[in-house]
Amino acid sequence: MTSPKTRLIARIDVKNEHVIKGIHLEGLRKVGDPIKLATKYYIEGIDEILFMDAVASLYNRNNLFHIIQEACKEVFIPITIGGGIRTIEDIAKALHSGADKISLNTQAIKNPELIKKASEIYGSQCIVASIEAKKRGPNSWEAYIDNGREETGLDVVEWAQKLVELGAGEILVTSVDKEGTKKGFDLDLFKAINENVNIPVIISGGAGKLEHLKEAAQIGDAFALASLLHYNINTIQEVKEHLKLNNINVRTNA
Amino acid sequence: MPEVVIIDYGIGNVRSILNAFQHLGIHPILTRDKDSVLNADAVILPGVGAFKHGMDNLKEFDLEGTIHSYVKTNKPFLGICLGMQMLFDESEEFGTSKGLGLIEGRVTKLPVKTNHKLKLPHIGWNDIENTQDINWSSSVLKGLSPGTSAYFVHSFAAVPAKKENILATANYGGVEFCCATWKNNIYGLQFHPEKSGKDGLKMLQNFISLI
Repeated sequence: MTSPKTRLIARIDVKNEHVIKGIHLEGLRKVGDPIKLATKYYIEGIDEILFMDAVASLYNRNNLFHIIQEACKEVFIPITIGGGIRTIEDIAKALHSGADKISLNTQAIKNPELIKKASEIYGSQCIVASIEAKKRGPNSWEAYIDNGREETGLDVVEWAQKLVELGAGEILVTSVDKEGTKKGFDLDLFKAINENVNIPVIISGGAGKLEHLKEAAQIGDAFALASLLHYNINTIQEVKEHLKLNNINVRTNA
Repeated sequence: MPEVVIIDYGIGNVRSILNAFQHLGIHPILTRDKDSVLNADAVILPGVGAFKHGMDNLKEFDLEGTIHSYVKTNKPFLGICLGMQMLFDESEEFGTSKGLGLIEGRVTKLPVKTNHKLKLPHIGWNDIENTQDINWSSSVLKGLSPGTSAYFVHSFAAVPAKKENILATANYGGVEFCCATWKNNIYGLQFHPEKSGKDGLKMLQNFISLI
């Protein structure tokens, strides 16, 4: 029996129409044009694209919609949009721009009913609950909001389970500790959440070389790539070939 | 320019289907107007979400009869995702709900034994296979090889009563299910061709070529 294909998701953090990359979600540096990068990754065979508005939840705005509109004319794989989505109207607008899924973090914590309401209206399949996690001890993480700046007191695994109850269709977990470091994913975090929820989990933060990907693919079925692609450390083809060599099932006929 | 209609019944997100066709140089009309549907050269029934909600909306807009009349004209009809599931007689999602009954069979939950590596919904890329050994060359899968990947998001899948209505299958966690169906001019795809990269676009192009 073949295991499901591991999903490779290109994470594109956007600030003021530029793709940016930071470390621990801070110290942001411009690395390119979001539409061009998304199109490039699509053509090279990435499985999904995740656009995150890096500053929206701080300034209560969202300028990603027109970028999504343009990207969706060229990119025919699933697109998720996140960052600064606060209301059902925002979700409607995001989906109407062409996004297939929306990702909620800050607002999910401030108003968990939004996840419930959104999944009832649009279906769980388009609701990705995002968690920013910081380690607080062995096998213990706390959920943060506002790009890893504000603590919430919530235990990450318990919060993930609550998100499933509320109707989330997928969970995206970003390790604030590992984000931008290129030192590898927080595999314990991935494992802890993946084993405690029955919906797909995407790990994000820390992928810097091929070896990191194999380890993650052995735990769960999806991971996000940013630095590794944005800084041209590896191509998507190299990533997929490496995974295939390690008996990880990936999509290859792109 | 062929008149392609995407049925707008207030369910799901059709922007990406529109974008995909526009990329192919086709400009579909999004409508629930009965005459527009009946007079179209090709019709697409999109949809995501719950089966009953989808059928309720079709009824609310009085589109069931229109779809049946359209299909009788022998012009191409394509159901995508929930749109494929609704082609069948009934679904077991949230109790039993009646479907359009255009193809014999029912929709059931994927009988997958889930674990930390195998989850439901089935979200992601999966290979479409030709386990029934069918000649795809006259279908929407023309020019594609078994093993082509497509993007899936679903927990339920159709079980056609007749094998001849199975155009392609996929396997999730050892469970083989029908991922593409056909009956005369009617096609259904469980995955999202509009989100399945170049191969998906090719399927949509093939569908238009049936006109």
